[in-house]
Amino acid sequence: MRISNLLKVALRSLNRNKMRTFLTMLGIIIGVASVIAMLAIGQGSKQNVQASVASLGINSIMVFPGSSNQGGVRGGAGTTATLKVDDALAIAERCDLVDHVSPVVQTRAQVIYGAQNWNTTIVGGNNDYFYIRNLNIETGNTFTEADLRAASKVCVLGQTVVTNLFGAGANPIGRTIRINQIPFEVVGTLSPKGQNTFGRDEDDIIIAPFNTVYKRLMNSTYINMILVSAISQNSMDAATAQIGQVLRQTHKLGPGTPDDFTIRNQAELSNIFGSVTKEMTILLAAIASISIVVGGIGIMNIMLVSVTERTREIGIRMAVGAKGSHVMTQFMIEAIFIGILGGILGIVLGVLVSMLVAHFAGWPISITLFSILLSSIFSVVVGVFFGWYPARKAANLDPIDALRYE
Amino acid sequence: MSEAIISVQDLVKTYHMGAVNVHALRGITLAVKQGEYLAIMGASGSGKTTFMNLLGCLDRPTSGNYFLDGVNVNTYNKNQLAEFRGKKIGFVFQSFNLLARTSALENVELPLFYNPAVGSKERKERAMHALESVGLADRQSSLPNQLSGGQQQRVAIARALVNEPVVIMADEPTGNLDTRTSYEIMDIFQSLNEKGSTIVMVTHENDIAQFATRNVIFRDGRIIADNQIQKRRNAALELKNLPVLDLDNEIEES
Repeated sequence: MRISNLLKVALRSLNRNKMRTFLTMLGIIIGVASVIAMLAIGQGSKQNVQASVASLGINSIMVFPGSSNQGGVRGGAGTTATLKVDDALAIAERCDLVDHVSPVVQTRAQVIYGAQNWNTTIVGGNNDYFYIRNLNIETGNTFTEADLRAASKVCVLGQTVVTNLFGAGANPIGRTIRINQIPFEVVGTLSPKGQNTFGRDEDDIIIAPFNTVYKRLMNSTYINMILVSAISQNSMDAATAQIGQVLRQTHKLGPGTPDDFTIRNQAELSNIFGSVTKEMTILLAAIASISIVVGGIGIMNIMLVSVTERTREIGIRMAVGAKGSHVMTQFMIEAIFIGILGGILGIVLGVLVSMLVAHFAGWPISITLFSILLSSIFSVVVGVFFGWYPARKAANLDPIDALRYE
Repeated sequence: MSEAIISVQDLVKTYHMGAVNVHALRGITLAVKQGEYLAIMGASGSGKTTFMNLLGCLDRPTSGNYFLDGVNVNTYNKNQLAEFRGKKIGFVFQSFNLLARTSALENVELPLFYNPAVGSKERKERAMHALESVGLADRQSSLPNQLSGGQQQRVAIARALVNEPVVIMADEPTGNLDTRTSYEIMDIFQSLNEKGSTIVMVTHENDIAQFATRNVIFRDGRIIADNQIQKRRNAALELKNLPVLDLDNEIEES
């Protein structure tokens, strides 16, 4: 017996019942398409979250002062003033897994330009701050070395500040604004970043040289935060540990004394969001897979009907020399064919749906080879699994009974 | 040419219907020679269909031996039987049993389809040749439902011939046909028989049995009579003598 003969017979019988074949296939098509679309949307939202976490900064590690402890009442992280500029210098000097360090001071102040005024966040940092926070300059420049050393009264404005003080689209470079009555020259503006994942407007900010804010605006001896970037994504945890050691030494903390600082890194954040989106994706894919299984049951149902309907044909074929294996193969080919073709059409439909979702809902999508492989293997397996029982039933028919079947 | 092509010894078939044993065949011994045209007669329930199923290798006996073309068929398993049927036996059924929505030619091709030794070109040629021999070469692409009963049975005969079987098994081949068409089928059988085909036919119609060369009569699972036909009917002649079908007269008479 030649397999090509059986293939021909199987395809012809599917062709005779086009509508039935198509409807049977539809279950698989929808199942596969939804798996692909769900995985694509899930992957897309994962990438979206990762991108917004990354926009917080490149491999950034944040060092906060420790929690206060007054008479047993402990405050939250950052409630004490234990971080100093020297700590930032020590980290920069002694941690080899760190490539950028910026001490950060932060305050809020009323800002005035001409008749306009605006209350915003004033951040003092050095040029590494721009790098670590992944901030780009839209117009103008960052600070010069001289600005940083001499605590020059210069600043870089976020777009929200520009809009509120100068009007949308205005060029504020070279103008002088007043922060707490102190005149600052605008040397640059930031590219818009929009809201971050937590809804805060990232553009509502003024950045000035660290020394300027530290000495002229705040007049404090402590800093709010040290912003550090690790040399690579993979060395985040090692760098975090290294910073911890250095700070314990500079703060002269003996063994057993708790840290008087808190270190957070972006990896933790991205891990949390990563696992949330991963779980969501798995959940969506699991729901979608159920529809493939339902589609498979549809195949089994139709194949069983088809075997019953064609009992006589099976009897005739057996009488003239078809073995059980021939009949079995013929029906298996039909089931697998429905599975494979349904899988292919499902992939096409799934990709189209993903693209439509991307286009209209504005969600990022990413169709992975993995999801295509997964769903095509799944659809073949479903074809084999649900085709097997009806095919076996056909193959085990007794030719006499089958010939007599009305 | 007088070698026994079919040899059956003490064939018994018992069906177990729950607690009751039905003795369909109670020990049949029979030999059919090459070139014989055997008609098996009997009332319904006499076991002739059961016997036919056994001869056709569709079923296996409870006990006894069956040699077809020198092979003890009882030693074969299900798959070997299928292959054996495909190569040695041609079937003609009462209800024609053609594949629906499949052309006459493809129906005839069917037995060769499961024979790996036959390629698609040879298969077509042999099927065409078989259709020609039953006079239906011009209907090769017709579907069964476009053919008359007699034509369908001729296609079925062509299908039974295409694998050049050692014996043709016909189970009530004229049961669904009118007299004229029955005679036409008998004409084909007789001319095949004259060319050397061995035919075993089950029928309950005595006049149809008279076209054979030998009659075997079954009753209650036993052979009660085994006669050579002395005055064999000639189907070609009878056909000529049949009144030409006149539809108007038929209606007036009835």
